[in-house]
Amino acid sequence: MAKRQPMGRKTKNRLEIAAMYLIIAVMFVIIFYPLLWAFGISLNPSSNLYGASIIPENWSFVHYEWLFTSPRSNYLLWYQNTLVVALSVSLIGTLLVSFTAYAFSRYRFRGRKYGLYAFLLLQMFPVLMAMVALYILLNTIGLLDSLLGLIIIYIGNNIPMNAFLVKGYFDTLPQELDESAKMDGAGHFRIFFQILLPLAKPILSVVALFNFMHPFMDFILPRIVLRSPENYTLALGLFNFVNDQFSNNFTRFAAGAILIAVPIATVYLFLQKYLISGLASGATKG
Amino acid sequence: MATKDSQEMNNNHKRSDGSNHNPTFAMLLSIIPGLGQIYNKRYIKGATIFILFAAFVIVMYDFMSSGLQGLITLGEVERADDSRIFLSEGILSLIFFTFFLVFYFINIQDAKRDAIKIKNGWRVTGVLEGFRNAWDAGFPYLLVGPGLIFLIFVVLFPLLFMAFLAFTNYTLYNAPPRSLLDWVGFQNFVNLFTISEWRTTFMSVLSWTLIWTFMATTLSIGLAMFLAVLTNDKRLKGKKLIRTVFILPWAVPGFVTIIIFSALFNDNFGAINNDIIQPLFNNSIPWLTDPTWTRIALIMIQVWLGFPYIYALFTGVLQGISGDWYEAADMDGATRWQKFRNITFPHLMFATGPLLITQFTFNFNNFNIIYLFNEGGPAVRGQTAGGTDILISWIYNLTFTNSQYSMAAAISIILGLIVATFAFFQFRRSRSFKEEGTY
Repeated sequence: MAKRQPMGRKTKNRLEIAAMYLIIAVMFVIIFYPLLWAFGISLNPSSNLYGASIIPENWSFVHYEWLFTSPRSNYLLWYQNTLVVALSVSLIGTLLVSFTAYAFSRYRFRGRKYGLYAFLLLQMFPVLMAMVALYILLNTIGLLDSLLGLIIIYIGNNIPMNAFLVKGYFDTLPQELDESAKMDGAGHFRIFFQILLPLAKPILSVVALFNFMHPFMDFILPRIVLRSPENYTLALGLFNFVNDQFSNNFTRFAAGAILIAVPIATVYLFLQKYLISGLASGATKG
Repeated sequence: MATKDSQEMNNNHKRSDGSNHNPTFAMLLSIIPGLGQIYNKRYIKGATIFILFAAFVIVMYDFMSSGLQGLITLGEVERADDSRIFLSEGILSLIFFTFFLVFYFINIQDAKRDAIKIKNGWRVTGVLEGFRNAWDAGFPYLLVGPGLIFLIFVVLFPLLFMAFLAFTNYTLYNAPPRSLLDWVGFQNFVNLFTISEWRTTFMSVLSWTLIWTFMATTLSIGLAMFLAVLTNDKRLKGKKLIRTVFILPWAVPGFVTIIIFSALFNDNFGAINNDIIQPLFNNSIPWLTDPTWTRIALIMIQVWLGFPYIYALFTGVLQGISGDWYEAADMDGATRWQKFRNITFPHLMFATGPLLITQFTFNFNNFNIIYLFNEGGPAVRGQTAGGTDILISWIYNLTFTNSQYSMAAAISIILGLIVATFAFFQFRRSRSFKEEGTY
């Protein structure tokens, strides 16, 4: 009897571990299935889903080829557009946000509290709520169907939330640093650029990365703003592959989607630690 | 006499030559901006303020007065006046006017403050030092300025435009530039709640929105918590790989996966029906044509999309919980469930509470999944919204498909109020506001 008890515990232990691996295996299947399916579909030579299968018999890279070589394909142009938008939003947006966050974190000025409240409140409202207004506004100033209009909206919309992330981070940096620099006669800009900015690199790179990624993944704002196919961003262009009533082309979409999903997913997985800790610290401290 | 008096006073109080300097008078003078400052002997400051205000008034007066007038009339000549332009110029004028008032008020306050300082014996500083003080005091505003301008024009202005639109009669049949808009007060809101077609649609969309938000978020959190606790087990090997795979759905762009899923769930040739349901149960499920099944599919997909991020957060927290807690609990002979309830769960909630609230707000406005999966469909008889439309996607349809602009705006305002309530709770939980006083 005395011997059977530990034996029983051991088998129970083994069963538990087996159950855990089983659950994890099921999750793996659920996670990988749609992704692998899309990859398999993208290798099907036919253009629609009917008859396409996850393991095609006569697989080919014909859709990938089409995207890059066909004169009717705008894929590279879309890539370029998205890069232009993403880079500008990332650079200008991050700079503006760091200015704003610096002011809110380090200066006690009149109206500061109201400013913070305004930022917090504005961050809550989805852009989509104001879509009609944005459309009409861009139309009046002639920025409809232009990348510039899209860039401006992205920058404006990213400010409130990111400003809070960065402010939260600035708040954790000791104030003695800039005070001693001030004693040494450093001006406002010098303190900012030479002392705080280098220290805030981790959070600023997170913000810059998010700003950069957003245009690659967002399709609804481009859909409202952009009209002509040569101005499309990647997400919108790909969406139209499947959305277009007359040339529904899922296999082509799958090929194009794989080509942006792979680099983005790689970046995310490599930087996941920083991205998540950045988000978490901003939300609890900011 | 007066000069003699003041001279005497000078002799008596050497530090003071301004005790008869009158703050009220300075304020009154500042009704014309800059004069008060000149009275305070700050000539350059006064002149600058005067010139800035004068320039603003000269440049903006016509725009603002016609803008504000246009905001009231919304245009008078049919076909020639575009009410939308009147509305947007009116809102811009309103924003500029608010700015003007704020600066005007600051100008008067400034004159008063300087005058009081002079009265208490402060000497007017030289130009250079005054300039440096202004630079120090103004620096934070300079920093906030560009961001604020972006916010005002890209976020605040469109939101205001939307809010104003809710009180007009902008519909498909009454659309500028063909016809003029009119103010109709709360008519749109009244219609929304009294006309039965609108009311039933609104109620069914609202209730689905709430169910959707609650189910999708809670299930994601639940699954994430379960998996995080599971993969935190010491006996498990290959944790790094497991965690990376579990975060994968978060790393793949959402719109890509949603479109893939909508193909997978396709009624006729989707893999889920053909490869799983058909062989197992010998029938197929109308994933995209029956509202209830579409809703179930949507919630499952959102859990797939949403759990990884929460999982990653939870894993981070779990790794930080000290082992001492569990050792102490083991000594007391606590069961696994007791340990989870009293140690793990409170830790997780405390560390991630505000972030979890954000997840609810996110799903409440999760337009992408609803629109990309089935465009809010399937269509339901007798209402303008599809069977799975949530508020935000319904608003989108009302604007871009049905051209019911005013009603869309009215519903947006209601949505905004709900979101603001969420926001209020988050304010109160957000630490930065609680700790604000500690600096």
